[in-house]
Amino acid sequence: MQTALSIAMDAFAYGMALFIICIGLSLTMGLMRVVNLAHGAFAMIGGYIASYVARDLGLGYGFAILLAMIGTVLIALPLERLLYRRIYDRSELSQVLMTIGITFCVIGITNYIFGPTLKTIPLPTGLAHPIDLGFRSIAGHRLFVIASGLVVAGGLWFLIERTGFGIHLRAAVENVAMARALGIRTEIIYAASFALAIALSAFGGVVGAEFLPIEPYYALRYMVTFLVVVSVGGAGSIGGALAACLLLGAIDVTGRYLMPEFGNFFFYLAVILVVCTFPRGLMGRARSHG
Amino acid sequence: MNGTSFGRLLRSGALALAGTLAAWSGAASADTIKVGIIGPFSGPFALQGKNFQAGAEAWLAQNGKSVAGHDIELVYRDLPTANPQQARALAQELIVKDKVQYLGGVYFTPDAMAITPLLKQGNVPLVIFNAATSAIMTSSPLVVRTSFTTAQTASPLGKATVDRGIKKFVSVVTDYGPGVDAEGAFKKAVTAAGGEVVESIRMPLNTTEFSPIMQRIRDAGAQGVFAFLPSGPPTLGFVKSFSDTGLKQAGVKLFATGDLTQESDLPALGEAASGMVTSFHYAVSHDSEINKRFVAAAEKAIGAPDLLSFPAVGAYDGLFVIAKMIAATGGKQDAEKAVEAVKGLAWESPRGPVKIDPETRHLTQTIYLREVAKDAQGRWINKEIASFPDQGDPGLAK
Repeated sequence: MQTALSIAMDAFAYGMALFIICIGLSLTMGLMRVVNLAHGAFAMIGGYIASYVARDLGLGYGFAILLAMIGTVLIALPLERLLYRRIYDRSELSQVLMTIGITFCVIGITNYIFGPTLKTIPLPTGLAHPIDLGFRSIAGHRLFVIASGLVVAGGLWFLIERTGFGIHLRAAVENVAMARALGIRTEIIYAASFALAIALSAFGGVVGAEFLPIEPYYALRYMVTFLVVVSVGGAGSIGGALAACLLLGAIDVTGRYLMPEFGNFFFYLAVILVVCTFPRGLMGRARSHG
Repeated sequence: MNGTSFGRLLRSGALALAGTLAAWSGAASADTIKVGIIGPFSGPFALQGKNFQAGAEAWLAQNGKSVAGHDIELVYRDLPTANPQQARALAQELIVKDKVQYLGGVYFTPDAMAITPLLKQGNVPLVIFNAATSAIMTSSPLVVRTSFTTAQTASPLGKATVDRGIKKFVSVVTDYGPGVDAEGAFKKAVTAAGGEVVESIRMPLNTTEFSPIMQRIRDAGAQGVFAFLPSGPPTLGFVKSFSDTGLKQAGVKLFATGDLTQESDLPALGEAASGMVTSFHYAVSHDSEINKRFVAAAEKAIGAPDLLSFPAVGAYDGLFVIAKMIAATGGKQDAEKAVEAVKGLAWESPRGPVKIDPETRHLTQTIYLREVAKDAQGRWINKEIASFPDQGDPGLAK
């Protein structure tokens, strides 16, 4: 029982870390219809900025997270204007080609600037030490990741389903021409949601750095995992992404505990089963014809 | 045919002739011996390749670019990740097109295995700077190795841990060739010393979340953990997970081969790895006059001090061996004679006294027991706490 609880706790934390990183990708793919393979690259940029701020400048963890999100968005916005805007209505193939190109450029540039070694983001003392939960001890930052994940999920749901911005965004997604005709500035809506997705990826890169360490090949190393999460959850669905992360996190962690020699077998078996049963992912939206 | 195109034809013909003449005279006048070095100079393992380069250049900087009147020219070829087919193609190109007399480098075992079948026909010896699986040496008599094997570094740890009063172990290794080698070597050594491995866990190569593994270690009730992971990002997650899940606080001891605490990863591992005991053939902080000079030269070649780690010493000694081969053959291409000449060769390396075993052509060397600690300047180092001299490769012992 203790063991089961303990594993559940680990699975929950891992799933939440995945969720924070992947939800931005789910939004760009589901709502903006851009297959952004460079998503991991932006998470990595966030991690590098946070590491620089916290380790080299010696500022606090909160500052590091904030500056990472702002800095990554500042880097990403010109890219949105110059590059992404051109591929919004293009085929998936052109999107994949361009964003993977961006990924390689980011890898090369970070390698040149920060070097090939691992970069850590020092945690504040409150998060760095194991906290005793009675039945086991868990690292403080894992609890922080769980809490952050819940806040992100709740906040996004509120933003998209309950605010004016959310209505405009959903309108632009359903039918761009009609939304424009009604006077919605779709470029601004797109730029804002792109910035939001990027800020979330940077946030995920920073808080997830204890699971997925920051190094130049981060962007490629975890690309498949991120894409799998989005396709299992169904692009564009917050609930779907959350369910996918928790399900896959649980299967991965339990599988590794019970039968580590089977490797990723259970993870991919689950992926295959889900994708066969729900071709659009757990809670994917049907593609509109707009 | 009109005038202009005829003129162009004439010009290009003249150019080609001039080129051939230049190549001829170049070959005739200067006696340059080319050494092809294959390693990961770009991609995720570029740091290890850079260390090859730094080690080789450090040797040239200290000993000059010529041996007994023959100039040495290094030709680098990039092989970013383990890729046997490409390794073979690169080696072939180096032998046939660049006419190298010696091959060196090679980071991964599968690449070395793909190159060795070419050596006899090409009349070229291969000096391995890293690839650490025992079996490579049996695949060709023209291979010499200046690095280490996983079995060689893992075995002394068995006795050392039992001597510290720890009897019950769990071994955790990455599920691929060297990991399985390490698991076997450690188990054999621990059992021989009177200890016991109660559980052997193999993790897939791409594992990033280690807490379930830590839970298994806890459930097994082990006093000590033996770990082997290839150098790189996952080692950080593993070591952090070990202390985060409370195993470290519970008094469980973590032992590993030095791959987990290579110097370039130490600034990131830092506090989490503090007190961890590893066994390895080389620590950048090794205290000797030769090593100090080597480190100074290699740091200059690599650019930043915290990038230097063990592949550099393999390359440095590799170049020493190649220079001896050149001197022994008088600059003539004779692979068999070259390898014969260095069998039994003993010298003082930056890592300590070493000797090429005439039987296996692998290095017999001192394996050190080290602890992750801070030095006087506050830098994290692998501090040597015990040494096991004259260790051969137990993986090849029949």
